[in-house]
Amino acid sequence: MFHIRLTTILAVSGALAFAAAGCGEDEAAEGSSSSSQSQDLTGSIRIDGSSTVYPFAQAAAETFMGQNPGVQISVGQSGTGGGFEKFCAGETDISNASRPIKDDEEVPLCEKGGVEYAEVQVANDGIAVVSNKSLEIDCMTTGELKELWSTSKVKRYSLFGPGTDSGTFDFFTDEINGEEGLTRKDYQPSEDDNVLVQGVAGDENGLGYFGFSYYEQNADELNLIGVDAGDGCVKPSAETIQDGSYKPLSRPLFMYPSAKAIARPEVKAFLDYVEQNQEQIASDAQLVAMTSEQAAKAQQALRKAEQ
Amino acid sequence: MSAIAAPIPAADRRDRWRGGVFRGVLLSCIVVSAAMLVTLLIDIALDGAGALSFNFLTNSPSFRPDVAGIWPALMGTLWLMAIVTLFVVPVGVAAAIYLEEYADPTRWWNRLIEVNIQNLAAVPSIVYGILGLAFIVRGPLSLGPVVMAGALTLGLLVLPVVIIASREAIRAVPPSIREGSLALGATQWQTIWKQVLPSAIPGIATGIILALSRAIGETAPLIVIGAASFVAFAPSGPDSIFTAVPLQMYEWISRPQEEFHQLAAAGILVLMTVLILMNSVAMWLRNKYESKW
Amino acid sequence: MDAVAVFGEPRKRRGEQVIKGLLFLAALLSVLTTAGIVFSLLEETISFFGDVSVTEFLGGTEWYPLFAEPTFGVVPLVTGTLLVSGVALLVAVPIGLGAAVYLAEYASPRVRRTVKPVLELLAGVPTIVFGYFALLFFTPEVLKPLFGEPLQGFNALSAGAIMGFMIVPTIASVSEDAMSAVPTSLREGAYGLGSTKLQVSTRVVFPAALSGIVASFVLGASRAIGETMIVLIAAGLQPNFTADPRKSVETMTTFIAATAKGDAAVGSTAYKAIFAVGTLLFVLTFVMNMISIRFVRKYRQVYE
Repeated sequence: MFHIRLTTILAVSGALAFAAAGCGEDEAAEGSSSSSQSQDLTGSIRIDGSSTVYPFAQAAAETFMGQNPGVQISVGQSGTGGGFEKFCAGETDISNASRPIKDDEEVPLCEKGGVEYAEVQVANDGIAVVSNKSLEIDCMTTGELKELWSTSKVKRYSLFGPGTDSGTFDFFTDEINGEEGLTRKDYQPSEDDNVLVQGVAGDENGLGYFGFSYYEQNADELNLIGVDAGDGCVKPSAETIQDGSYKPLSRPLFMYPSAKAIARPEVKAFLDYVEQNQEQIASDAQLVAMTSEQAAKAQQALRKAEQ
Repeated sequence: MSAIAAPIPAADRRDRWRGGVFRGVLLSCIVVSAAMLVTLLIDIALDGAGALSFNFLTNSPSFRPDVAGIWPALMGTLWLMAIVTLFVVPVGVAAAIYLEEYADPTRWWNRLIEVNIQNLAAVPSIVYGILGLAFIVRGPLSLGPVVMAGALTLGLLVLPVVIIASREAIRAVPPSIREGSLALGATQWQTIWKQVLPSAIPGIATGIILALSRAIGETAPLIVIGAASFVAFAPSGPDSIFTAVPLQMYEWISRPQEEFHQLAAAGILVLMTVLILMNSVAMWLRNKYESKW
Repeated sequence: MDAVAVFGEPRKRRGEQVIKGLLFLAALLSVLTTAGIVFSLLEETISFFGDVSVTEFLGGTEWYPLFAEPTFGVVPLVTGTLLVSGVALLVAVPIGLGAAVYLAEYASPRVRRTVKPVLELLAGVPTIVFGYFALLFFTPEVLKPLFGEPLQGFNALSAGAIMGFMIVPTIASVSEDAMSAVPTSLREGAYGLGSTKLQVSTRVVFPAALSGIVASFVLGASRAIGETMIVLIAAGLQPNFTADPRKSVETMTTFIAATAKGDAAVGSTAYKAIFAVGTLLFVLTFVMNMISIRFVRKYRQVYE
């Protein structure tokens, strides 16, 4: 009896699974695009790269596919470096990057693979410096930040930050400490920004830095520290990141489409869609949109590549 | 336990006391493990049960947590598990049979194979990802980052588990069974197929359960071979781009929004259900073929 | 007695040979896999040692490959791995073995049939879940009250202990299978001579099943050394050179995982370090397994 019941359950679930595999539901969210896209685009687009740019790529892909159901877009998170590796091997169509492609290591790789590309900015991101709510620090100068993070002199805080392999780490150490990779050793590193939030919020001497969107989600548990780069104290916000007044911890985010990919109509349509709707997409992805100048520059780069 | 095996009552009071303590200690091991599992599941269920719904099962992932669903990931996982099983069971059991029944342990190549298998069981999953990328996605097989490539990579990862467990199961079959069969005129293969293997099925089933349990939750190798984190369609075949439930969960749990964390918890519940269903087949096999010598 | 009666029909014999060949190929796949792994690691590893000397790698105690002034001493990663795996086995072996003995010797078939799957469910929990459980529940709720200040938020103890629970099913299941397979005649003989259940379990069944039990340990240890996610999430990424499990550590696997998914540029020395550490991991487990195989062969009991 027991045997029969089990077999039946299995047969039914197996049948369900495989029969249904052929007709998966696909409820993409409604897009908010104003331009009309062709309904009969087909093809597939492979995107991979930075996990910071990933939410942007995903939001764009989802809303684009909502209007162009014939196109299948997939987005990976292999990291900026891993993304370029696959990109230069010709395995992906677009590479997401939280930093420009590296001249000494990655550009030659793409040359070797015969991959030509365009550098298109798509959004902005900021790094927030935060502390536990019990510490009432309103502002720190870049000099103070540098001393705090590049030497082990200041010991009164419990420090948290991204791991040495992350783009956020690279960027912060480059901008604040003066050299990429230069940092004190006695801080708690983590891969996961959520964990850093928890660390800072949970320790009364907690202080750390991570992506701005993670601060935004947890603003009521953290104390935001403004950065003074010589022009007064600036706190990060969508506006200050966008117009660059939150210095030096604002950075551009990129997508690198390959020349071969752009030649395909579905990829071109996708990139045009991204360019036209970048503000909405950035908002959906909880990133910071580009200024009109940045957008114009990106548009130019895209046009050039589309020739 | 048969009535014949019931122990003679311990005459010594000290023996009885010691026996009782021993039994208590053993039982506590089980209780602690079970308690651990229950705590874990309750923790997850509390987080995720709210997000479970029919829509969650049938929708595609989205940047909006309220419409996000797990369908493509679920299908990806099912496809992966199916191919992994089809690959790992015959190859694993065949290798185990060879090593236990045919191989001469004094030959160096057989010893090499043995050492290899045990070694491979300890190689971290991410190294299998590197292997898969180099040889299956690119290289000689050049399948691309598709379901088949993911399944083969995961299969290679868990193959040693199946081989080792199957070997132990086959080894535990008493030689008298084999000798009896051969004495009655059966060939070696007939003996294995009709006598040894059926008796070894419970142990083999255990190996398969452990292997699939491992494979279903793996994230790192799939990321390395290029499985996507966002895919809005279920795989249409072994040559499809894919994602899997653990990848989806990992993606959700890294997002800042709390709603996505709940989705991740719900995803875990779905995964565990699939695992239970899969393992019940193996368990049914195990119970059916159990025999006592 | 003619040759056919003794050796079988010639057709059957050839069929047997074909089968043997196929089975051999299946077993050979493991060698091919190893060869594949070695090849995929080799090129970058050799390139790595062009940048970093072997002595610095194997002897150095500072591992900061992505710092501005990078150092490549791998020792902290090795000690981190051993520390976490050690804690894991300390938890998994007694609990797993205890559970196995209970299931094999004391439990009724019905209890066994329900409890064993429950244990195996523990093995199916995705490792990410264990990792977050360790970090968000075990460390603050269980360990912090016990150890107080010296315990860091990320620590090897939490990761190791939870990993131990993950490994319990492996040890319990395989050991239990081994013990169940011990012929009842052995037990009956012992009982017939007046032994208690305790004595039968520890002195008769356990030694008879030793090969299977040790196999389960090796499988468990292998899993512990190769585990990535739990340690990545709960033990942090600080390459502390320490034997104190209350500190944060980085292991060989977490380094590989973090860097491979990170933003390190392909072709940089830090990227190549992934392959070098992978190779080291491979070599270390190889040595460990050689030792254990020798041990198992020496003590394996054949009881018929």
